[in-house]
Amino acid sequence: MSDQVAAVKLAAITKRFGSVVAVDNVDLEIADGEFFALLGPSGCGKTTTLRMIAGLELPTEGSLKIFGDEAGTLPPNKRPVNTVFQDYALFPHMTVEVNVAFGLKMQRVPKVEIADRVREAISLVRLEGLEQRRSQQLSGGQRQRVALARALVNRPKVLLLDEPLGALDLKLRQEMQGELKALQREVGITFVFVTHDQEEALTMADRIGVLNEGELLQVGTPAEIYEHPVNRFVANFIGQTNLLDATVVSNDTVCLANGAHIPGKSDLGVGARVAVCLRPERAEMQRPDEVPADHQSVVGRLESVTYLGNALVYTVVLDWARLEVRRENQPGGYRPYVGDEVAVSWTLDAISVVRA
Amino acid sequence: MSSTVQPRGTTKIALSVHSWLVYIFFFAPIFVLIVFSFSDDRNVGRWGGFTLEWYQGFFDHSQIQSAVWVSVRVALLSTVISVVLGTLAALALERFKFRGRQVFDALLYLPIIIPDVTMAVMMLLFFAEFFELLEAWFNLDWQKGFGSITISHIAFNISFVSVVVRARLAGMSEVLEEAALDLYATRWKTFRYVTFPQIVPGVAGGALLALTLSLDDVVVTQFAAGPGATTLPVFVFGLIRRGVTPLINATSVLMLTASIFLVALSLAFQQFSGRGGRPLLRGAREAVSTPNKPIKKEIYQ
Repeated sequence: MSDQVAAVKLAAITKRFGSVVAVDNVDLEIADGEFFALLGPSGCGKTTTLRMIAGLELPTEGSLKIFGDEAGTLPPNKRPVNTVFQDYALFPHMTVEVNVAFGLKMQRVPKVEIADRVREAISLVRLEGLEQRRSQQLSGGQRQRVALARALVNRPKVLLLDEPLGALDLKLRQEMQGELKALQREVGITFVFVTHDQEEALTMADRIGVLNEGELLQVGTPAEIYEHPVNRFVANFIGQTNLLDATVVSNDTVCLANGAHIPGKSDLGVGARVAVCLRPERAEMQRPDEVPADHQSVVGRLESVTYLGNALVYTVVLDWARLEVRRENQPGGYRPYVGDEVAVSWTLDAISVVRA
Repeated sequence: MSSTVQPRGTTKIALSVHSWLVYIFFFAPIFVLIVFSFSDDRNVGRWGGFTLEWYQGFFDHSQIQSAVWVSVRVALLSTVISVVLGTLAALALERFKFRGRQVFDALLYLPIIIPDVTMAVMMLLFFAEFFELLEAWFNLDWQKGFGSITISHIAFNISFVSVVVRARLAGMSEVLEEAALDLYATRWKTFRYVTFPQIVPGVAGGALLALTLSLDDVVVTQFAAGPGATTLPVFVFGLIRRGVTPLINATSVLMLTASIFLVALSLAFQQFSGRGGRPLLRGAREAVSTPNKPIKKEIYQ
């Protein structure tokens, strides 16, 4: 990535609204051709970051480069990026066709070329036959396609998507996830999308940037972020997790809150307060006297069992913590009853130690 | 469909009698006005057979004709200028944050809220001072007339236009403008192709409202008018003092017809593509529902 120019490069970008810091000193490089997700809870600054790339907000401090060109203060109409807005922002007084042609008209592209490219874009998002409709006459999914076509017809270097699937119902959303990903592969340009839905980010993105309270906490592939979250917030926000309070004893040992020393790699320094992150599906469960020799374990009482159909979630209560264990619903195997004493165990590679 | 909520028996009769009384109260004077405009008798109120003589008189009366001409010119000119300024004010207030915005906002409502007479006296004083200054500094001798009437009408029309346009703007998402900018439109093109088409019903409605208000105004105009020029309503007001003849009836009927036509047009414009937005006249309606302006209030019903 270093020898290639980044599609988008943010260096020490800060955005303040009055005294509120919306985006705090963010450094980020998004590679050409990447499908990048900005993920975080509402109000974390992800949309502000996207709007700064689009030019709809100007950064208070820092530098923003698009393919190597400083773009921080350029107005939106001078940037090689286009946006798919959250509620699509289709022009209600124009037909689908005119909506899609808008950007090309504004750039004074010759009429013949506009007609060709509009047709091409409309077929790319499979909206043939709806050219003369207005946005009020379209379904949510169709509007989304129009918004995509209207942006992609300009052949932007970077496509920005603000909660692109937020307004769709669950089934359509899952369908569009696959379609968006296929579309991105087909057009081959950089997609940057904003979402608060961790599942959506994990499913679609090549890399994810997790934001909270204006700070970029972690950037990495879905697997890196899921398996090695940097801190308690990321671990909690991405997927379900059990967090056990602990203190670092040495670089490969931590002391749990119950006083037990267990192996756990970290480079946070002796004495640092940490949390041991154990995903429910990676935890195992046995009778207390049947824990395998290479497993670490804690013993507690089974409080409840939640039946999910394809899986079962067991809630185990310790006197200093509460753990969830998720087991596939397979025939046979260990099936404790509520009230039983059980051991929750894990191997060293199942856990990660994160900043508390 | 019968519902227990529907009034029955005496209640129902009482309610319909009440409704008819209200209608009579509203429309009987207008009916009488119209009937006697066709009466062939100099005394209003005494029926002397059907005639169109008074309408003939209206079109033959040279002073009335020049007053009509002044009215039309004042109305058109003040409407055009106040639509441009009022729309700009609405855009500024609705789309930009700037120092003194709230003060400006409040001040903009003043001409709607304050009584006509106060506005008129303000205009009178303003023009007196202004002309004096012109005379003193530039040795110009200006008189009240067409110019001063137009300026005073612009002064109150800006408020009405901007209130109507703002209501429309508030119903329009700012994201549409951002989308246009994102799609390579300049600020001007964004206004031209996105903002303006969205607010055009409000602008047209505001324009027709301004036209009506200008054509109807008596009080402010009376103070701003001079020997040089006067508008039709003010001239009619003068005629009344010299005795009422059916000529005034005929003139009033024609003015009424013109006003109704403009108001109907204005409402039609605002209904047009008003779906989804908030009720367009709400702002204006709230603003004028003050006891000071009973005459103008009826326009918004």
